[in-house]
Amino acid sequence: MSLRLYGIGALAASVFAASAAVTAAQAQDGIYVPLLSYRTGAFAGSGIPIADGMHDYLTMLNERDGGIGGVPLIIEECETGYDTTRGVECYESVRGNNPVVMNPYSTGITLQLIPRAAVDEIPVLSMAYGLSAAADGTTFPWVFNPPVTYWDGASVFIKHVANVEGGFENLAGKTIGLLHLDAPYGREPIPVLNALAEEHGFEVKLYPVPAQDMQNQSSVWLNIRRDRPDWIYLQGWGAMNPTAVREAVRTNFPVDRLVGVWWAGGDEDARAGGAQAAGYKSLNFHGVGADYPFMDDIITYVHERGLSRFPRDRVGDNLYNRGIYNSMLIAEAIRTAQEVTGNAMVDGADVRLGLEAMNITEERIVEMGMEGFMAPLAISCENHSGHNEVYVAQWDGDAWTQGTDWMSPLTEFVRPLIEEAAQSYAAADAGWPERTEACP
Amino acid sequence: MNLLHQIFVEPFLFMGEAPDLLLQVLWEGFVSGILYALIALGFVLIFKASGVFNFAQGIMVVFAALTLVGFYAMGVPAILSLALAIGVMFLLAVTVERVVLRPLVNQPDIILFMATFGITYFLIGFGELIFGGEPKQMITSQLMLPEGRTNLEIAGGFVTIQHIDIAAAAIAVVMIATLGIFFSKTRIGRALRAVADSHKAALSVGISLNQIWVTVWFAAGIVALVTGIMWGARSDVSFALQIIAFKALPVLILGGFTSIPGAIVGGLIIGFGEKIAEFYWGPLVGGGIESWFAYIIALIFLVFRPQGLFGEKIIERI
Repeated sequence: MSLRLYGIGALAASVFAASAAVTAAQAQDGIYVPLLSYRTGAFAGSGIPIADGMHDYLTMLNERDGGIGGVPLIIEECETGYDTTRGVECYESVRGNNPVVMNPYSTGITLQLIPRAAVDEIPVLSMAYGLSAAADGTTFPWVFNPPVTYWDGASVFIKHVANVEGGFENLAGKTIGLLHLDAPYGREPIPVLNALAEEHGFEVKLYPVPAQDMQNQSSVWLNIRRDRPDWIYLQGWGAMNPTAVREAVRTNFPVDRLVGVWWAGGDEDARAGGAQAAGYKSLNFHGVGADYPFMDDIITYVHERGLSRFPRDRVGDNLYNRGIYNSMLIAEAIRTAQEVTGNAMVDGADVRLGLEAMNITEERIVEMGMEGFMAPLAISCENHSGHNEVYVAQWDGDAWTQGTDWMSPLTEFVRPLIEEAAQSYAAADAGWPERTEACP
Repeated sequence: MNLLHQIFVEPFLFMGEAPDLLLQVLWEGFVSGILYALIALGFVLIFKASGVFNFAQGIMVVFAALTLVGFYAMGVPAILSLALAIGVMFLLAVTVERVVLRPLVNQPDIILFMATFGITYFLIGFGELIFGGEPKQMITSQLMLPEGRTNLEIAGGFVTIQHIDIAAAAIAVVMIATLGIFFSKTRIGRALRAVADSHKAALSVGISLNQIWVTVWFAAGIVALVTGIMWGARSDVSFALQIIAFKALPVLILGGFTSIPGAIVGGLIIGFGEKIAEFYWGPLVGGGIESWFAYIIALIFLVFRPQGLFGEKIIERI
């Protein structure tokens, strides 16, 4: 019996070792891009379309172009369940395969990887999430958060409120609520909202929602009814978002004064509120729907070849497109790294250079078949976010529509706060290294 | 002094100033309390039969609701989907009895408790495999449950009553009453109490342990299905819903692990308590106290009445 057990154990160990060896060997034959995703757990509703979007765009590049610069991409997902501990375990498991960039897809995991990025020389791409202060490339040369930070997002929200209310001077005396997941991600916009409140004379009310009460928000909406905020900014995730939209409808809160951050703009988030959710708003930095040339390629090379797990009739959903946008950034970073270094095979240090040199112009957008899908984007050595433009999307009861023109964040206001926060972060960590990395 | 005023005076003044809000808070507390009582009921049933805290009750709520919605998504009519979901919960009860409980007869309670962890993780994985991880909308109207709301003009303001909440309260009350009668007035109910006291003694007087366990797990499965429908109608059906089930822990501490009336009273105390505390005293500490306030109430009860309000006092002769 014990001999049999030993046999099974040895077999299992050899299978595990063989699979690890295969991954390592594959990594030599292509550019290794791990994707930290969450298809399970409480946040899977948001995580699945994003994971599929990320996977499908990179797969399309492999199928259509043979990869990037003639080098195939090796795509590997690691399931985090949106759990920081599991995310760090994922990082440790993929680190040895020479990943060229890490996509943590969680602010909590990003915060854990920030100190490791420079040591392991693997850049962290936290697209429009993570630590806002990481936009300061002088302090954080290995961390990138394009196209905008949470602080930019909060400033665009206030700008939108001012536009609707007839100017910044009319914000005085208003009450603005922040309904947020009680986690690092949810708390990110608080400093900039408080600073803007001081500047313009409005009051900020906080409505934290603990993760265990994401689907049990009746108390928080009673508080909202008591305080009667004029506007609410929703920084939620997973099951919290559809519940919030539903509660807004249930409690007669005017949904056109409920504005979600870009992560609260899933199609299912809005749809949960039913017909009365029409008018709900969410920030966005890319197009929705499937009417773009590159999307035809995704359908032809990925969906029609049976390489996608995402339902064909949902292609164009907001969060699926979000995943595509994320993978576009990865691909452009690799392509730029190849241009900068002259090497087809690139590593993490090269891709860091590629990210710092990234400049996606109108011409490049057309080349990628993404006209109308995104705005031009540029990152620099000092500015790792770009503080690019976003717009306010509005739910029409059936689909997202572009509710406003593209708007730039209040960069003059936000940027000094980011630099100050970056310096505070470095000062709090006595061993935080001075930037020595070269600028491309 | 100012702090004392904020704690002991201002909330009560505000209650008087805005009686409509007080009524709204009380209604929300009542609905939450009833729903917590429903969840707690599932725990009580299994604890009565086996002396084990069923860690899997939360995922059973999700699994039952997903099964219902899943059948409907396959094109099965809503009422038939409901019947099939009940059938699946029966199969689950039989499977748990055959695969998990029967081999563990006479094992220490901690072993059975750990086995419910195994059931939990199996159902999470199996559920995600079958239904996917994305939230699903409950088929509220298809099940002929009421939707919409009524704004009652009361006390110079208004109180919003969601029709689904009225239905939830009514269904929960009927279900609790039915189960209470079933387990206190029938032969199975008496057998169940015998099993809870001692597996060996129950076996020696000819009680079929297997039959009791299947019955109880099936009853807990039906409670889970009803709970899943009601919570799912208020939000969505997602795996995040299982976390709410742990709100039943303080309810059980209050009401006692073996008492059906205790589950109701405990649920209402927690429901009213957490809503009132969050609404009137939450702002003093930045809000968000609802998630832990229930446990504070439970801790206080533990100190003064460890067996809960209705629990049986355990006397062990040395």
